[in-house]
Amino acid sequence: MEKMSRVTTALSGSALTGRTMHCHLDAPANAISVCRDAAQVVVAGRSIFKIYAIEEEQFVEKLNLRVGRKPSLNLSCADVVWHQMDENLLATAATNGVVVTWNLGRPSRNKQDQLFTEHKRTVNKVCFHPTEAHVLLSGSQDGFMKCFDLRRKDSVSTFSGQSESVRDVQFSIRDYFTFASTFENGNVQLWDIRRPDRCERMFTAHNGPVFCCDWHPEDRGWLATGGRDKMVKVWDMTTHRAKEMHCVQTIASVARVKWRPECRHHLATCSMMVDHNIYVWDVRRPFVPAAMFEEHRDVTTGIAWRHPHDPSFLLSGSKDSTLCQHLFRDASQPVERANPEGLCYGLFGDLAFAAKESLVAAESGRKPYTGDRRHPIFFKRKLDPAEPFSGLASSALSVFETESGGGSMSWFVDTAERYALAGRPLAELCDHNAKVARELGRNQVAQTWTMLRIIYCSPGLVSSANLNHSVGKGSSCGLPLMNSFNLKDMGPGLGSETRLDRSKGDTRSDTALLDSSATLITNEDNEETEGSDVPADYLLGDVEGEEDELYPLDTEHVHPEEPEYVLPQEAFPLRHEIVDTPSGPEHLQDKADSPHVSGNEADTASLAPVDSSSSLLSVSHALYDSRLPPDFFSVLVRDMLHFYAEQGDVQMAVSVLIVLGERVRKDIDEQTQEHWYTSYIDLLQRFCLWNVSNEVVKLSTSRAVSCLNQASTTLHVNCSHCKRPMSSRGWVCDRCHRCASMCAVCHHVVKGLFVWCQGCSHGGHLQHIMKWLEGSSHCPAGCGHLCEYS
Amino acid sequence: MAEGENEVRWEGLCSRDSSTRETALENIRQIVLRKTEYLRSVKETLYRPSDGLSNAVSLDGMNKLLAHLLMLSKRCPFEDVRERSGFILKSVEELGIRIPRPLGHGPSRFIPEKEILQVGSEDAQMHALFADSFAALGRLDNITLVMVFHPQYLESFLKTQHYLLQMDGPLPLHYRHYIGIMAAARHQCSYLVNLHVNDFLHVGGDPKWLNGLENAPQKLQNLGELNKVLAHRPWLITKEHIEGLLKAEEHSWSLAELVHAVVLLTHYHSLASFTFGCGISPEIHCDGGHTFRPPSVSNYCICDITNGNHNVDEMQVNSAGNISVSDSFFEVEALMEKMKQLQECRDEEEASQEEMASRFEIEKRESMLVFSSDDDEVTPARDVSRHFEDTSYGYKDFSRHGMHVPTFRVQDYCWEDHGYSLVNRLYPDVGQLIDEKFHIAYNLTYNTMAMHKDVDTSMLRRAIWNYIHCMFGIRYDDYDYGEINQLLDRSFKVYIKTVVCTPEKVTKRMYDSFWRQFKHSEKVHVNLLLIEARMQAELLYALRAITRYMT
Repeated sequence: MEKMSRVTTALSGSALTGRTMHCHLDAPANAISVCRDAAQVVVAGRSIFKIYAIEEEQFVEKLNLRVGRKPSLNLSCADVVWHQMDENLLATAATNGVVVTWNLGRPSRNKQDQLFTEHKRTVNKVCFHPTEAHVLLSGSQDGFMKCFDLRRKDSVSTFSGQSESVRDVQFSIRDYFTFASTFENGNVQLWDIRRPDRCERMFTAHNGPVFCCDWHPEDRGWLATGGRDKMVKVWDMTTHRAKEMHCVQTIASVARVKWRPECRHHLATCSMMVDHNIYVWDVRRPFVPAAMFEEHRDVTTGIAWRHPHDPSFLLSGSKDSTLCQHLFRDASQPVERANPEGLCYGLFGDLAFAAKESLVAAESGRKPYTGDRRHPIFFKRKLDPAEPFSGLASSALSVFETESGGGSMSWFVDTAERYALAGRPLAELCDHNAKVARELGRNQVAQTWTMLRIIYCSPGLVSSANLNHSVGKGSSCGLPLMNSFNLKDMGPGLGSETRLDRSKGDTRSDTALLDSSATLITNEDNEETEGSDVPADYLLGDVEGEEDELYPLDTEHVHPEEPEYVLPQEAFPLRHEIVDTPSGPEHLQDKADSPHVSGNEADTASLAPVDSSSSLLSVSHALYDSRLPPDFFSVLVRDMLHFYAEQGDVQMAVSVLIVLGERVRKDIDEQTQEHWYTSYIDLLQRFCLWNVSNEVVKLSTSRAVSCLNQASTTLHVNCSHCKRPMSSRGWVCDRCHRCASMCAVCHHVVKGLFVWCQGCSHGGHLQHIMKWLEGSSHCPAGCGHLCEYS
Repeated sequence: MAEGENEVRWEGLCSRDSSTRETALENIRQIVLRKTEYLRSVKETLYRPSDGLSNAVSLDGMNKLLAHLLMLSKRCPFEDVRERSGFILKSVEELGIRIPRPLGHGPSRFIPEKEILQVGSEDAQMHALFADSFAALGRLDNITLVMVFHPQYLESFLKTQHYLLQMDGPLPLHYRHYIGIMAAARHQCSYLVNLHVNDFLHVGGDPKWLNGLENAPQKLQNLGELNKVLAHRPWLITKEHIEGLLKAEEHSWSLAELVHAVVLLTHYHSLASFTFGCGISPEIHCDGGHTFRPPSVSNYCICDITNGNHNVDEMQVNSAGNISVSDSFFEVEALMEKMKQLQECRDEEEASQEEMASRFEIEKRESMLVFSSDDDEVTPARDVSRHFEDTSYGYKDFSRHGMHVPTFRVQDYCWEDHGYSLVNRLYPDVGQLIDEKFHIAYNLTYNTMAMHKDVDTSMLRRAIWNYIHCMFGIRYDDYDYGEINQLLDRSFKVYIKTVVCTPEKVTKRMYDSFWRQFKHSEKVHVNLLLIEARMQAELLYALRAITRYMT
């Protein structure tokens, strides 16, 4: 076949010429097909059937095949195809189910040759055999495909797809006997033309109808399919199972797909609804089309490459009643307009960001990410010389590390695990939590717990040692705002800078790579690199986009940063108690202001005046004596919780919320609570603290939260004998009437915790298995497996 | 008596957890008993309870409550709830309060109750469906009970309806119900209007809107025109209609909202067809579904008689059936014979193109003229008519004047290729759900026809489907419309035509007079085909207009 086409090419003479042009048709087109000489195109539709000659500057109408006085439904074409071997032979599929062949060599005005009325429903597609002169295939809405020999009156064979409707049929270009058909239910079938009884292979390619398919002109067994699910998929049919190799996601259902000649990975698609453009995709770049033709004003219904060996001319017909010739070099290239950017989180919280290098360069002047450490990572693209579409000019990749001296979240994990949230009297809980916090060096938190205890419990129970301890570290003085936050330092710091340049086209700079890894280790430097790629596809004109210069890399100031802020030594209860006649609103205001003030003044020094512990004790006694109800403090406590939450310590907020329970809950609105809970649970789960998170869920009073662990609580089990799912009730399998989960040790049904070996799937009561495995290392069931219990 | 603490919370009953239901029931029981006590005490002090106005109000509330309990005792898929609510009613009655009883028997006026599945005797699959439906809506409506003849379809139907009304979508919840009311009111379907008035209020809709469309926001008023055209003459929808809705300054619709609204409108137009086509009775807890009057011979309700539940009536049916039994048996046989003939000789006689085209035109024209003779004017009930304007605008108008319906070629714009893509683009997932529903409805078959088994009914189903589309001017190039004449006899055509175009005029006689030997489940099956075909036809016109607007 290929050989013959090459001959044709040779015959047709020199390369094709032409320009982007269009001509108006009288009616909407449904399909187009090109003559093998690449000089004529046939357009068919409900009320049009014409042949146009493609000339240098314009389309010229050559022949109107729609003759006769009365319009016949036989002429209402759903599809048209021109034989690739015989210039005089055409076939059309009519919406009323008729297949018509046309012979242009007939002397009369009516060129109609044969009429096959075997299909009962609309014929969606006709297809000539690529090398055989007389073989025609049709696929219809009635679910049948028929093969016609044009020398005979009737079909030679009928293939039943056992499905509703056939949307496309295509002969394989490489395999003489094979054809593919696509169906409305999403299936693709492969048939051998000699075996009409059953298909060779069938697989589900799309969700919803598969509207079209196309065999790759060169690669044997590559089939592209397009469906209503807006996807184009490329399948490799040479393997035992059809393998999906590429998948392109478009924005509308795919009506036609055609491989681009001479470009191994390119294909053209058009849509049936909503989207009027024609796209040419590189299947390896499934997100941005390589080229786009935007000439049509209504949906494109037919596309065809003008010549089987020329990749630059595309013809298209549309519902807007125009026929177009598109020149590839006139296509718009969305790639050029795109700003490719990538963002990704690493395993340890690193953030990588890649962007077009010009963008980053422009932005770097503004130092958008001060305070964060930037690391260089080299972006090395493996260049495939066979690949014409290597993409964009250059890009820069930056990696941001969130914090130096990692592992700084260990306090979070420790705290989460060690806090006691329920099950003991409030005073004990507070004491316990204060102790935990203190041991972890979080004095402010420890103090808060102690304060809470003082507020909500009888002071007589407070052990003076404990109180002394916490207060001793606390601070209290006459200053109105004595809080000493040393927040995450936002100011610019200092850092060594290195500069690394890479020249364009320098695709393998091993030294640079080494360099970068060295800097990575030192964790001190900050650089940016630009990776640039080689010129791309000449057709895409990527060359112009590149600039031949070295990019001075911008440098970032980096400053070492404290892993954890020093906890504010806040002493609001003290201050509050010092005031003899406390007035609620005033405190409220103070409290509300303090985090803001201190938060904004990032460089505040810590003020830590020392006060005697006795003052607190006496004041708290006084407080108690004056019988201030704990409710009095609820405003303060609420503000404190908000403060912690705002500081990012949602752990504290939630813990206090749970421990205090009803005492504060009513002061905080439901939504905020829910928000805290969900954030905390999310954090816990990220640290794999499943037990803690479950406990929190359980203790929460918010409905939305407590239902979190009510979802998907079912564990589906299969019967260990017959391997079928167990019904929901009982311990006996319905099917084989045997008890399913037997303990391998005591041979009773296990109704509680069931532990089983993942190796041999035997198991039983937790205690029994544990005991057994203390004495023996083999499976109690006697299967010989060496079970392990850990 | 403070209303707040006596507010009955029905939600708990929808739970799948039996203990939750238990508590909810107990709660309800206490409230009911408290109210009963209160009523009794009022009665004793006043002697004549009808004197006090406030008393009448509280009595009204009580009656509503009791009606709801009655519904639960009959229609809840959970056995415990049924039992307990029956028990509560009984205890109320023992306290001397009059309790309601259901009016009529069963969910449909056309189908005898014994033919319809009883709640409680469903199989596991149906029970799951019922429980889903009950959990979503807090009730098991009569439509569901009739549709459960075809559980496969029902599942898809409920899923779609649930998505349209309760899941993510561009329109706010009360808008959705209001649009449902608007659509149902076009066909004066008081059943659907009542249901959705309750739902509308339940999701926080403004009761003022219910006084008429002119009280609703301008945005919804604008939709009135589309509703009207879509219901009666969908082929007249142009892109100007769409443009008018999308470009109305502050009252304009977004495309996504419009598609949602269009899907809702078409859904409820066709559901109104189903309601009338199957003679769905009012819900037990709604107006007209129950009575507080004790049963007495003189007051015998009309629907009891027409329902085929009464003994006397049953005998009449039997005697009538005996007379025509040979006749209608012949009917089925003849239909099967015709189908066979058509199957065989299809290839032989080849009608010319002009012939085919004219057959479509004839069928289309004739479909305009097919109408039942008893064309008596039905004046819509007042409470329904206030929901829409321009009552005179109907399908009937143009059929009398023989208006020309332009031909819509399905090969140029069909649901599978075009409509689906558009809907799914603007209202994700719904396209898929509706597509599934169309598919199930179109392909549903049990390979039976009346008493015959293993029959390929695809030809008959296709004839029905295409006939409906033909009435809307939608033409399939690959269909020989002569088949319709062969397969569908006149009384059947009358029924189809009435259900699809003027559902409010369907009578039990029409329902009974077509396909006399066929089972009720098969007649319901026909109705499913009718409503889905109608919905698709309306959707096609509306979506085509939207597409035209967009291009």
